[in-house]
Amino acid sequence: MEKFTAFESWVAVLPVDNIDTDQIIPARFLKTTSKEGLGDQLFFDWRYDADGNPRPDFVINRPPGNRAQVLLAGDNFGCGSSREHAPWALTQFGFRAVISTSFADIFKGNALKNALLPIVVPAEIHARLLKMLEADPLAQVRVDLASQTLTLPDGTAVEFPVDSFAKTCLLEGIDELGFLLKHEAEIAAYEQAHPAPVDTLSVKLDA
Amino acid sequence: MSQPRTIIQKIWDSHVVCQPPGAPALLYIDLHLVHEVTSPQAFDGLRQRGLKVRRPDRTFGTCDHSTPTTPRDLPIVDPIARAQVEQFEKNCREFGIPHFGFQNPRQGIVHVIGPEHGLTQPGMTIVCGDSHTATHGAFGALAFGIGTSQVEHVLATQCLLQAPSKSFAVRVDGRLRPGVTAKDIILALIAKIGVGGGTGCVFEYTGAAIRALSMEERMTVCNMSIEGGARAGLIAPDETTFEFLAGRPFAPKGEAWERAVAFWKSLPTDEGATYDREVSIDASSLEPMITYGTNPGMGIPISAPVPDPAEAPDAVERETRRKALAYMGIEPGKPLTGRPVNVVFIGSCTNSRMTDLRAAATVLRGRKVSPNVRVLVVPGSQSIKRQAEAEGLDRIFREAGAEWREAGCSMCIAMNGDQLAPGEYAVSTSNRNFEGRQGKGGRTFLASPLTAAASAVTGVVTDPRPLLG
Repeated sequence: MEKFTAFESWVAVLPVDNIDTDQIIPARFLKTTSKEGLGDQLFFDWRYDADGNPRPDFVINRPPGNRAQVLLAGDNFGCGSSREHAPWALTQFGFRAVISTSFADIFKGNALKNALLPIVVPAEIHARLLKMLEADPLAQVRVDLASQTLTLPDGTAVEFPVDSFAKTCLLEGIDELGFLLKHEAEIAAYEQAHPAPVDTLSVKLDA
Repeated sequence: MSQPRTIIQKIWDSHVVCQPPGAPALLYIDLHLVHEVTSPQAFDGLRQRGLKVRRPDRTFGTCDHSTPTTPRDLPIVDPIARAQVEQFEKNCREFGIPHFGFQNPRQGIVHVIGPEHGLTQPGMTIVCGDSHTATHGAFGALAFGIGTSQVEHVLATQCLLQAPSKSFAVRVDGRLRPGVTAKDIILALIAKIGVGGGTGCVFEYTGAAIRALSMEERMTVCNMSIEGGARAGLIAPDETTFEFLAGRPFAPKGEAWERAVAFWKSLPTDEGATYDREVSIDASSLEPMITYGTNPGMGIPISAPVPDPAEAPDAVERETRRKALAYMGIEPGKPLTGRPVNVVFIGSCTNSRMTDLRAAATVLRGRKVSPNVRVLVVPGSQSIKRQAEAEGLDRIFREAGAEWREAGCSMCIAMNGDQLAPGEYAVSTSNRNFEGRQGKGGRTFLASPLTAAASAVTGVVTDPRPLLG
């Protein structure tokens, strides 16, 4: 996994609460068996009209949202289904961070595994940033994971929380599965001591 | 004497493999359920690394999401869905995972087939690449949804890196009145705490009204925990649980059964254990619930008026609710009853079990569905379909003018051919009313099977209680 570095970016502003993963990528695009090509389907039903043409007023269809690496969204971003296609679509479009007052649990975990940083800020900071971007849509923010700092366009530095293990993984490019596989001995010992409650191969069901 | 613990803590404690310094705990997973939509990229990941599935004997698969609900002697028409289902069956065969493929007579929705076959048992950790995995919590299991990266982690190691959640007691006391169901309990809870209300938490549902529910009704409640933001929700096992499990194909037998029951009886929360958060609901005060907006928290008693967005506490929420009503094409200030609907959907992992089908049948028996409404009744599994047919429910549905379809997620997720047309309204027994969830531009009112069936008969949103004998 690539290491997560500090960056400055324009911000795509989508101040709607409870943006669910069906909006981030509608379920009909989940019939794919690949991770690729999902960036074009990001926010599909908000982004394109009935004929499939981009809606010119939708935030990621126009500058600077079309080039932004940061998305500013409303509370409880990413609620709903567990589809990891949501962070895949966001990162393939070009986003590296989402700012909100809170994130849904499963989305947050999925995002961190895909180098998409969920940045939680207090409601007051969220409202201030929204105002600054209304006044100057081309204003930029700086995201620095190492210091866990979001720098607002006016220079205010805001500290944000990140799970320490997730932070280490992102900064050092550590892959979680590789980490898990190193604990083979402990897993085997656990299995030895804990017989399976269910053996899914034990009953042959009529086919 | 050890600290009193909740059932959540007990299950957690007994599944921690180790606690590496500076990292979350390794949590052992007893049962991993896989389906066609969230697993293909995980199997690809295993191939790229040259890994096997560590414990195929703790893994079980079924196809459901992109699986059509059309007759099984026909091929899957949509080439992309067909490729996905075929890839799923191929992956399961290649990695030695027992599974119900498209034409298996036991195929069904992943959260229906697990309990149905006794795979789901108290005290277990259960995961699936699906947010409604909390359904299995009805048995006193710690069950939660995971993303595809984690599906790969569990396939490869049978473990997850996981931080513990907070505990959230949901007490539901009192007694449900006639015509009010488990679905109404969970919709009322989500309306009360909001769709983010349980974020970071595991719900434990307690209280007399929960104890009085059947296993199928408990599954309906736990199923929608995620719609209240909680990744998992569970109910301590009791005699109702044991009675349901006894004799199921994967349930323990003989002496093993006795040992299992003794263990299961040790699981309920200890006297004096504390929770991080608590909320109470009085079941006897509940009415049938219905949603009016575009998330499951936008729910109201069926006789209540749609709330005015102007009353929302802050600007973003006002805008969110205004946007929801605009999408739904409804005005605040009036109840939803009497609004015409185009489709009624009875099915999904929330409400597609025998109890749900019997409830719908009590309303539809001897009645006709409105000529303006398309009604889909979709059993949760092919086994349920056979049982319903043995009880004659299919005849009741067909004679009323409803479609009786094969098992699958169907119109809950609209990626399998069953979907709303743009602008259409549905009363749906599923779990999500998000924009476009049941088809692009479609508009969903979530409700119980009774309310759905009553609305099917009248062609408008209808309180079921006057129609019950």
